[in-house]
Amino acid sequence: MRAVSRPLGLACLLLVSNPLYADYQLNLEPGVTSFSQGAYNIHTIVMWICVIIGIVVYGAMTYSILKHRKSKHPNPAKFDDNTTVEILWTVIPVLILIGMAVPATKVLLAMEDTSNSDMSIKVTGYQWKWHYDYVGEDVGFFSNLSTPKSQIDNAEAKGEHYLLEVDNRIVIPTNKKVRFLFTSNDVIHAWWVPAFGVKKDAIPGFINESWANVSEPGIYRGQCAELCGANHGFMPIVVEAMDEPDYLAWLDSKKAEKAAATASADKTWTMDELMSQGESTYNTNCAACHMVGGEGLPGAFPGLKGSAIATGDINKHIEVVLQGVAGTGMQAFGPQLNDADLAAIITYERNAWGNNTGDMVQPSDIKAARK
Amino acid sequence: MNAVIEEHHDHDHKPGGIGRWLFSTNHKDIGSMYLWFAFLMFFIGGSLALLIRAELFQPGLQIVEPDFFNQLTTLHGLIMVFGVIMPAFVGLANWQLPMMIGAPDMALPRMNNWSFWLLPGAFGMLLASLVMSIMGMGSAPNFGWTFYAPLSTTYGPSSTDFFIFSVHLMGISSVMGAINVIATIMNMRAPGMNYMKMPIFVWTWFITAYLLIAVMPVLAGAVTMMLTDRHFGTSFFNAAGGGDPVMFQHIFWFFGHPEVYIMILPAFGIISQIVPTFSRKPLFGYSSMVYATASIAFLSFIVWAHHMFTTGMPVAGELFFMYSTMLIAVPTGVKVFNWVSTMWKGSLTFETPMLFAIAFIFLFTMGGFTGLMLCIVPADFQYHDTYFVVAHFHYVLVTGAAFSIMAAVYYWLPKWTGHMYDEKLGKLHFWLTCISSNVLFFPMHFIGLAGMPRRIPDYALQFTEFNQIATIGAFVFGFSQLIFLYLIIKCVRGGEKATSEVWEGAQGLEFELPSPAPFHSYTTPPEVK
Repeated sequence: MRAVSRPLGLACLLLVSNPLYADYQLNLEPGVTSFSQGAYNIHTIVMWICVIIGIVVYGAMTYSILKHRKSKHPNPAKFDDNTTVEILWTVIPVLILIGMAVPATKVLLAMEDTSNSDMSIKVTGYQWKWHYDYVGEDVGFFSNLSTPKSQIDNAEAKGEHYLLEVDNRIVIPTNKKVRFLFTSNDVIHAWWVPAFGVKKDAIPGFINESWANVSEPGIYRGQCAELCGANHGFMPIVVEAMDEPDYLAWLDSKKAEKAAATASADKTWTMDELMSQGESTYNTNCAACHMVGGEGLPGAFPGLKGSAIATGDINKHIEVVLQGVAGTGMQAFGPQLNDADLAAIITYERNAWGNNTGDMVQPSDIKAARK
Repeated sequence: MNAVIEEHHDHDHKPGGIGRWLFSTNHKDIGSMYLWFAFLMFFIGGSLALLIRAELFQPGLQIVEPDFFNQLTTLHGLIMVFGVIMPAFVGLANWQLPMMIGAPDMALPRMNNWSFWLLPGAFGMLLASLVMSIMGMGSAPNFGWTFYAPLSTTYGPSSTDFFIFSVHLMGISSVMGAINVIATIMNMRAPGMNYMKMPIFVWTWFITAYLLIAVMPVLAGAVTMMLTDRHFGTSFFNAAGGGDPVMFQHIFWFFGHPEVYIMILPAFGIISQIVPTFSRKPLFGYSSMVYATASIAFLSFIVWAHHMFTTGMPVAGELFFMYSTMLIAVPTGVKVFNWVSTMWKGSLTFETPMLFAIAFIFLFTMGGFTGLMLCIVPADFQYHDTYFVVAHFHYVLVTGAAFSIMAAVYYWLPKWTGHMYDEKLGKLHFWLTCISSNVLFFPMHFIGLAGMPRRIPDYALQFTEFNQIATIGAFVFGFSQLIFLYLIIKCVRGGEKATSEVWEGAQGLEFELPSPAPFHSYTTPPEVK
């Protein structure tokens, strides 16, 4: 099979690398892992088998349309069966299918073997962002879409990686077998990076696994592939593969970041600090539903501008943000964000958009409310 | 709309005015209502599709909000599957089955009336949720036509309950329709017409009816479990309560895969009627057609999880569903080869029904090829939930099922109305439809392979060009269907008188009746040799 797939693959590659199609892609990308290359090869084989069968079938039909039309062939033949050809066109397809099934099975068995991995990353889907947890490393963070709303609303020119860019990339080391564990906090999502050939559903209550071993350092982009609600189209995935020393340095910087955040949670913040931190954290975590201007989406998501919760009892407000509201799209943000971010968001919600309650929530208040 | 198909046969003892339609027990009147209903829904579902395509013309959000976009894709899918393809096939069965087997009417005429009149209620309710959404009173169903839990249960909008009730009504309607088809075929065939002498369209509908009875209750079960999860404290699909969201997908696709064949087997039957007529040559391999249809129906029950390769099932499961799915290519291939062999050395003419039938064979086969590619698990990991899948099932359902329905309407319209349709307009409609549907759906293969997920309202810049081409195709396709509407109205109102045979090479009992066919078809059964 490999001998067949190489020239076919080459032909395909020539088709794809045609300079006419410089900006857009016509075919699957071969990618950078054994998965994606396996998928690409089997895709190429099956596609060309289909092309060949297509040429035979469409050729026969076209011949018949041209030569057996009434004007050229006024006296139709009378035959209506032929056991020999009927057996042939049952048996030959079976043989072709076996020819496809063998390499497909081989590729699949290799893909599904997640044993002997060097490290594991737990990937959790949220509406509408991804959380990455480096198992055993005490490093974990959310990854949100970073394309500004103004680009989506066409108020500003779109950037090169429009909708395929995030605030925190997931970083993996090259030449290591990285195992991914997938689950979800709410609805079903699917984590897909085409260059890795990895697409797995993240399902609440389940843990799925897959792996990648990337040899090329680089940035690889993908998207959620399972409809997961309103902003399904706005939860991209960006993976950066680095050589191991760079990866370790990155890991240390993440740990340092976390330590700094813990320290800042213990100090008392000023209103300005809370509001500026609150605005950016709100826009990242809350604006997808409640909107940047706090007006919500009538019928789907309640507004916060002048709302009973954002202007009423402060403890109730903290509770809603920490615990979420069961049976609605309002998630429990307590486990997702640190004390400082939560304090900043709540302060922001109580003072932005003319809510002007003047209330200030300190990280220590959140810490107390968590107990 | 119904007024235009009013015919003037006296001595048929039917009530006049609106009562004729409300209380009808006549297979032709009910068939017409089914077909007009499907046509109306085709325009509604099509308008939703045009809104979707308009939003996707450029990257960025221009016309609709993401949540409303999801409502559009959901209702487009539900309407096209349950409101267009299925009722249109039932309408064709109603019109044709009694005439093709030499019977006066369907076996259970009152149930026939009831199964039609459930549909306007079901779709009225579904569309009401969209109207309410537009009026700002909550969201319409927004979880895709596959309504995966928990997005449709814990996270579903209030209108999900409208959706559930509506699906229940559609299910009851389909099951009653299917019982009627089976009762008619088993009991009302003309003397001498044994099973292996039945026209292929009758055979395919016979098998389809069994599929419907087998799987519509499964769908009803799925939506009932959703209902109790939402309101009565059960946790069938709620992981937090010990339930299983993946079980929803198993149940849905155990319905959903046979459903796919429910939407294509009658199409196979139609093509197998039309190709021999315009080839002036008997159908090649009649018995292998019957066996192929039956094996496809059987296989449809053991392939469902090929829709779920990325849910993380055990590798043994993935291999089983890959192999069983590959097997479907064999009987499907047999059908295509049989059609080509029927044309081979025939004496072909290319009236509009034949043009649609030939386009069906070409383009359905395209959908078959991509189907074969999709069943290869490692490659499916890349294709799954991308526009490649969207391209695949639109080739099968639009250029497949919908083309076969158009072919059937052109083929039998002269028999129904007594007038020939305008052949020039028909050809114009065909060429516009055929070309534009390819402009619409072919580029979707490319954007899918390049990595664009389905069901997204906005996309990265590298997908722009092909989305624009697809949108242009969509608008040409949509507006071309107005020609079809005009042509049918024109044909109902008048035109060149059709002979009883209608087409030079036409065979079958329906072509022994005069055109238009009498209200009660065969009042005395014909003898079949």
